[in-house]
Order: sequence, then structure tokens, then C-alpha cells
Amino acid sequence: MNDLNRAFAEAFGLIGALDAKLVEIVTLSLEVSVAAVAFAAVAGFPLGAALAVGRFRGRGSIIVLLNALMGLPPVVVGLVVYLLLSRAGPLGEFGILFTPAAMVIAQAVLVTPIIAALSRQTIEDAWREYEEQLRSLGAKRLNAAFTLLWDTRFSLITVMLAGFGRAAAEVGAVMIVGGNIDGVTRVMTTAIALETSKGDLPLALGLGIILVGLVIMVNAAANLIREAALRRYG
Amino acid sequence: MLPLELRDVSFAINGRTLIDHVSVEIGAGPRTVILGPNGAGKSVLMRLCHGLLPASAGRIIWRGAGSADGSRQAMVFQRPVMLRRSALANVVYGLKLAGVSRAERELRAADVLDAVDLSAVSGRPARVLSGGEQQRLALARAWALNPEVLFLDEPTANLDPNATRDVESIINQICAGGTKIIMSTHNLGQARRLGDEILFLSHGRLVERSPVEQFFKQPASAEAAAFIRAELPWN
Repeated sequence: MNDLNRAFAEAFGLIGALDAKLVEIVTLSLEVSVAAVAFAAVAGFPLGAALAVGRFRGRGSIIVLLNALMGLPPVVVGLVVYLLLSRAGPLGEFGILFTPAAMVIAQAVLVTPIIAALSRQTIEDAWREYEEQLRSLGAKRLNAAFTLLWDTRFSLITVMLAGFGRAAAEVGAVMIVGGNIDGVTRVMTTAIALETSKGDLPLALGLGIILVGLVIMVNAAANLIREAALRRYG
Repeated sequence: MLPLELRDVSFAINGRTLIDHVSVEIGAGPRTVILGPNGAGKSVLMRLCHGLLPASAGRIIWRGAGSADGSRQAMVFQRPVMLRRSALANVVYGLKLAGVSRAERELRAADVLDAVDLSAVSGRPARVLSGGEQQRLALARAWALNPEVLFLDEPTANLDPNATRDVESIINQICAGGTKIIMSTHNLGQARRLGDEILFLSHGRLVERSPVEQFFKQPASAEAAAFIRAELPWN
């Protein structure tokens, strides 16, 4: 109990002093996860929209697969991306293993199925409501997909958040492809794992508090945006 | 593209026949009201005509000249579906899908919003407008397309009397512009006010087709007579 109290006190001390090392780790974490979610959104939203309004053979199987991929174990993603990016791997020539770029790729792979599957559900629900009206106005499925993406934009913010939460919280993938190199690829989750095993509980706990706080803040902000938008646009 | 011919059209889903061998020809001119109790198949029949549902049997043919594909038609639904954008943008959206040039879209949209008395709220998000305003906006969106045929599926079923009056007045204006009106309702008063001819539907069958005066004075079918008797006290 005493340990915990001391850890908390030191943690808030580090946060309060904006400890340089802490800031560096938090900044890299945010950069990696935000970039990963951005790439995942670029791939996942069109995929989700296509599955929502498209009618083709194998659609049902793809949806089941996508839903299952939401639960991809990060370490497995990390391992696969590691193999692809390693010297001997097909993408080895780029030499990005153990760089933030590799971490962005791994997290994007992890998050894309989440964004695609959740946006598919959101857009399909909207399609049920809009279908007759849009078809009556002469919209083809491609028009409809873009229209629905735009019309569900506030719900899709929440979808992106789910992806961000997943990316920011995972350890396994970034640990494997990033290597947790001090000052280069160390992010909050890998640092927490390391500092805990080293016994530096205050730093680990400080990072943990920041991580949880950040996730809460991002969600609160998105919720405010969503509420305001719904009030304004109905 | 009129006349519209239905040749022995049926529609069944999950083993239930909703439209049962309907044959009818609907020409330009008189306002056609499809009348019948709930569940008679009015909405399904209009969706078949509009092309939203495929007929299970029979054929639906636009026999007239021009737009043989029946592309110059529009439909207004019982519950308007508005996009999350401004009232004006909702009308512009329909014009864009119809291939109207960018320069012309806004002008036409502004004109038609003026005609339905929504100019004052043209910049407001469409989904926060009142039910009556949204239905007027839906009419404007359809009207802007300048359709040869306008289908209206119980357009006032969810509206209060004032909003209903506004909507009926707009329908009359659209009709005066030369657009053929085909409307469904179960409201006898409205059928009388807006209809020139009545198609009476019961259990998916077309039971009777009569001019409106004759229909209410001397319905030719027992079903229609019963329907009028049952409904009249409330109208």
C-alpha cells in the first residue's frame, strides 16, 4: 500500500513537472496511434461502406471474417508485420523495422478491421432508412455509399475512437515491430511494461495514468462533438 | 412517358401475395388517387410503378414517347428521409443525381424552396425542421426535378391539419404545372379534395376504378361501399 502511495505521488510529480522523457514517450504514442487510425480510416471506411450497400457473392463471409478480425491478437499482427519488414522479408528493403513507421503499419493493420466492421454496421443501418429515398432519386450504389458515409459522419467519429482506443492501448504489436528502443520507438504501453519489470513503478504508473486520462479526454471530446452535431443536424 | 400500363402485375413476398393480378392503364391528366384500407397494397403498388420493387409476375410498361425508361418520375414518401445537410442542399442533392448542371442546381433549388414557402429556412439543417416542413421539403425536392409523374405515398398521414392543408396546396400547384399526380391515401376527404379518379384497392386487388364523384355517390363495388360507410363518420 505504501509503495502504491509513493508511486502515485511520484507519478503526479512527473506529470506536473512535464518530465522530458515522459513528454517524449507520450508524444510518440500519440503520433503513432493517430497516424495508424488515419490510415485505417482511409482503408476501413470505404470498405465498410462497400460492404454495407454492395450485394455480391461472398459478402456474408467477408463480414463474418471482418467481425472476427476485430479480435486479432496484437502480438500476432506484430509477428506478421515483423516477418514482412524484416531484412529477409518481402518488404525488408525499406529498412523500416524498429522505426515508428513500422509501428504505424502494425497498428493500422490491427485497427482497419475494427473501423471497417463497425462502419459497415453503422452505414448498413442508415442504408435501411435511406435506401428507397436514394434509389427514388436515382442514386446508384456508389453514389449511395458516399452519401451515407457523409451522412453518418458523426457516428463514424465514434467508430474512429474505438479504433484509437485499441491502437493506443495495445502493447504486443508495437513491442515486436518497434523494439521499445529508448528515444526512438518507446511508447506508453511498451514503457509501462518495461518500467514495471525494472521496478520503476512511479514512471510506469505515471504513464498509465496519462494513458487512461488521454483515452478519457479523447472520448469526451468526441462525445461533445457528436452531441453538438446531432443537436445541430438532427 | 405516360401512359403507364400495368399488365397483370402481381407481387408476392415470403409466400404472401400483396398485389394480385392488377391490370390498369394510367394516362396523363386526371389526378389519380389510390384508395383503400391499410394493408390493401397501396404503397406496394406505387413502389412497383416507381420501380423500387420488381414485379413477381406481369409487366409494367411506360408506353409513351420520351424517357422510355421512366426516368422522369419522382416519389414522395409517407415519412420524408432527409440528409444531414441544409434544406437547400437536400434539394440540390436530388438535382445533382438528376444530372442538372452545377450552375443551375442552386437557382432551381432556391426557386422551388420559395414555392413551398421554405426560403426562410433554406440554410437550416433539414432534419431539425418540423414534420410539416420536412414533408414540404420532400415535395420541393421532387418538384425541382420537374417530373412527368409524381408518386405520393400517403404524404400527409403523419401531419396535423394545417400541415396537411399546406401539402395539399403544393400538390395542386405541382399538378397545375403539368405533372401527373398519382397518390395513395386512406383518407376519404383527401381523396375527394385531391382526386379526379379513384383506384380502389382491397386485399391487393384492383376492385374498382371510377371518377371521384361517381365513386363517392355510387360505388360500383360492395367493398368500396363498405369502406366509404365505415370511414365517413370520421371525415
